[in-house]
Amino acid sequence: MSNQSTQLEVKNLTTCFKTSKGDVVAVDDISFSIKKGETLCIVGESGCGKSVSALSVMGLLPTSGYVKSGSAIFQNNDLLLMSSKELEKFRGNRLSMIFQDPGSSLNPVMRVGDQVSEIFQIHLNMSKHEGLEKALEMLKQVEIPDPESRMLAFPHELSGGMAQRIMIAIALACNPDILIADEPTTALDVTIQSQILNLMSEMQLKTQTAIILITHDLGVVAEMADNVLVMYCGQIVEYGDVKTVFNSPIHPYTKALMKSIPVIGKKTRRLDAIPGRVPSLDMLPSGCRFEKRCIEKNNYVLTNCQNKIPPIFSLDSLHGSRCWLEKGNE
Amino acid sequence: MITYILKRLLISIPVLFGILLVTFVLARLIPGDPCKAILGEKATVEVCEKFEKRFGLDKPIHTQFLLYSKKIVLADFGNSIRFSRPVSQILVERFPVTIELALGGLVVAILAGVSLGIISALKHNTPVDVGTMVLANVGISMPVFWLGLMLAYLFGLLLKDTIFWLPPSGRLTAGLSSIPFFEVWGWEVLKGTTKSKFLEFFANHYIFNALITGNWEIFKDAIRHMILPVIALSTIPMAIIARITRSSLLEVLGRDYIRTAKAKGVKSKNVVSKHALRNAMLPVVTILGLQMGGLLSGAVLTETVFGLSGVGRMLVEAIYARDYPIIQAFTVMIAVTYMFINLLVDISYGFLDPRVRLE
Repeated sequence: MSNQSTQLEVKNLTTCFKTSKGDVVAVDDISFSIKKGETLCIVGESGCGKSVSALSVMGLLPTSGYVKSGSAIFQNNDLLLMSSKELEKFRGNRLSMIFQDPGSSLNPVMRVGDQVSEIFQIHLNMSKHEGLEKALEMLKQVEIPDPESRMLAFPHELSGGMAQRIMIAIALACNPDILIADEPTTALDVTIQSQILNLMSEMQLKTQTAIILITHDLGVVAEMADNVLVMYCGQIVEYGDVKTVFNSPIHPYTKALMKSIPVIGKKTRRLDAIPGRVPSLDMLPSGCRFEKRCIEKNNYVLTNCQNKIPPIFSLDSLHGSRCWLEKGNE
Repeated sequence: MITYILKRLLISIPVLFGILLVTFVLARLIPGDPCKAILGEKATVEVCEKFEKRFGLDKPIHTQFLLYSKKIVLADFGNSIRFSRPVSQILVERFPVTIELALGGLVVAILAGVSLGIISALKHNTPVDVGTMVLANVGISMPVFWLGLMLAYLFGLLLKDTIFWLPPSGRLTAGLSSIPFFEVWGWEVLKGTTKSKFLEFFANHYIFNALITGNWEIFKDAIRHMILPVIALSTIPMAIIARITRSSLLEVLGRDYIRTAKAKGVKSKNVVSKHALRNAMLPVVTILGLQMGGLLSGAVLTETVFGLSGVGRMLVEAIYARDYPIIQAFTVMIAVTYMFINLLVDISYGFLDPRVRLE
């Protein structure tokens, strides 16, 4: 499967959290791969395991979380088997990550310039002075106005959009092979949001970085993605290239998501919503996890839905879905 | 920054005046009569009248206060009723003892407390963490005087004639005496002048004096005498600092910017030392300022247990004797120290956290 340009291949990743009620599976057997210069969007609602998958790959899980099984092959190394010392050489250098809330993601007591230059000092063995010069260059690249004085600013003196630009500058400083962006625009207002996304696309064109973009905003997906993974309750429920998934979604959950996008100009009394709730991760049903909220199952009578977790049925090499109703080719 | 410090110093003048007023009034509100306390219960009325006249106690209380404030401005604390000596001279002799003790206690409390807190936070939920925190709890619960007596008993008596023996009382071994640096260096200083008092004040810090004159015998001896009192005094603040450091560091280590630092590939030891520690120190510094009060009051008990003639012990004795000038002068000095330390805390707060940096 993997060819020269495949940057990262995650296979059967399962991540658990220790809780007082026993171990809870937050990410259940997910697999995906990403190629050079490509953007993969992971979509899903809060708590579906999008961020946890990314943190697992980066080795940044909180102490209560652990990777139970799976592999994440990056440049012939399995990231999940690496010691934290080995991972440190990759993080920030070949693999980098930006986060949801730019305001709290920068160290409040360090000057912006120092925080950007630090990455050059760590990975490129630069002196502090050289690092600061490179940092200024990076700030110019991410189009920060008046970069010289911003170098000396503290994070609390920056706006959210500006802080996110700094985060992008840090993340792209060493021309990483992969950038994981965990809801990078959720905390920003809409105009800033598109500026940040444009900036990310521009930088991607220059550096051919593969971007894994985690979001719950389907508008962002439509704008940025080459491929999409839809996650529900820790599992992948549908994957495919962005056009196929948007134009002919298969899984009832994806369909419901698409229906819930409000369309400008179309008058509706209420927005479409998916009825019911996401099941709690410590009390998962034995069958399909979406079964209780699924509208389409009523049209068919399938005992499988209630009793057996559906596997992923692939329709062709690029498109697949985890639903008994559409068995596809199998 | 300089304007801020000047402003703070200016504001402290009315505060000082308030302290002066309160201590002046409180000292006179203590039931009892200085004449009877000092000359004995059998002192006659005539004797007492003469006594009061001599020390100006016969005048109305507001006149007394005005006269007193006037003298304070000229740095004259008056004469002790009990010793008939200038209070400033007594301060010069006593204050350095307390400063050495409190500074030693503070340094040990910060170094040991912060290190224990860091170890505890990094070994979160392991036997090391539990052990350290149990020790910290024991430390907080231990009365200073009891700990002092136990230390003196253990190191002064039980371990006598071993290399672990430490002197349980006094500042220097009998027979040794500290020679002031200005005498060593042959400066000509007239005794009793302000200049000589000033120099004596510094020379009476035996450890400091021995250090600058290079007298290692006295230096070692003075330090050995300080070890037990400093341990006794620093235990409680150390335990509190350890607990605050631990909880604060644990909280900071869960913050988003720590995750960012890790995502940048910062080595785990640098994540703690470069990114987490400075953020975690903010609550510790706040507590430090508050603990200074505890340190000064703890000094009273410590000085009593270890036979050190410092400010704390002197103050307690002065209260018994209704020695008003000493009570007032010493209280004011302690208040000034406390204010000064809190000013330092506020300034260091701005250095640690740019968000509260003062314009």
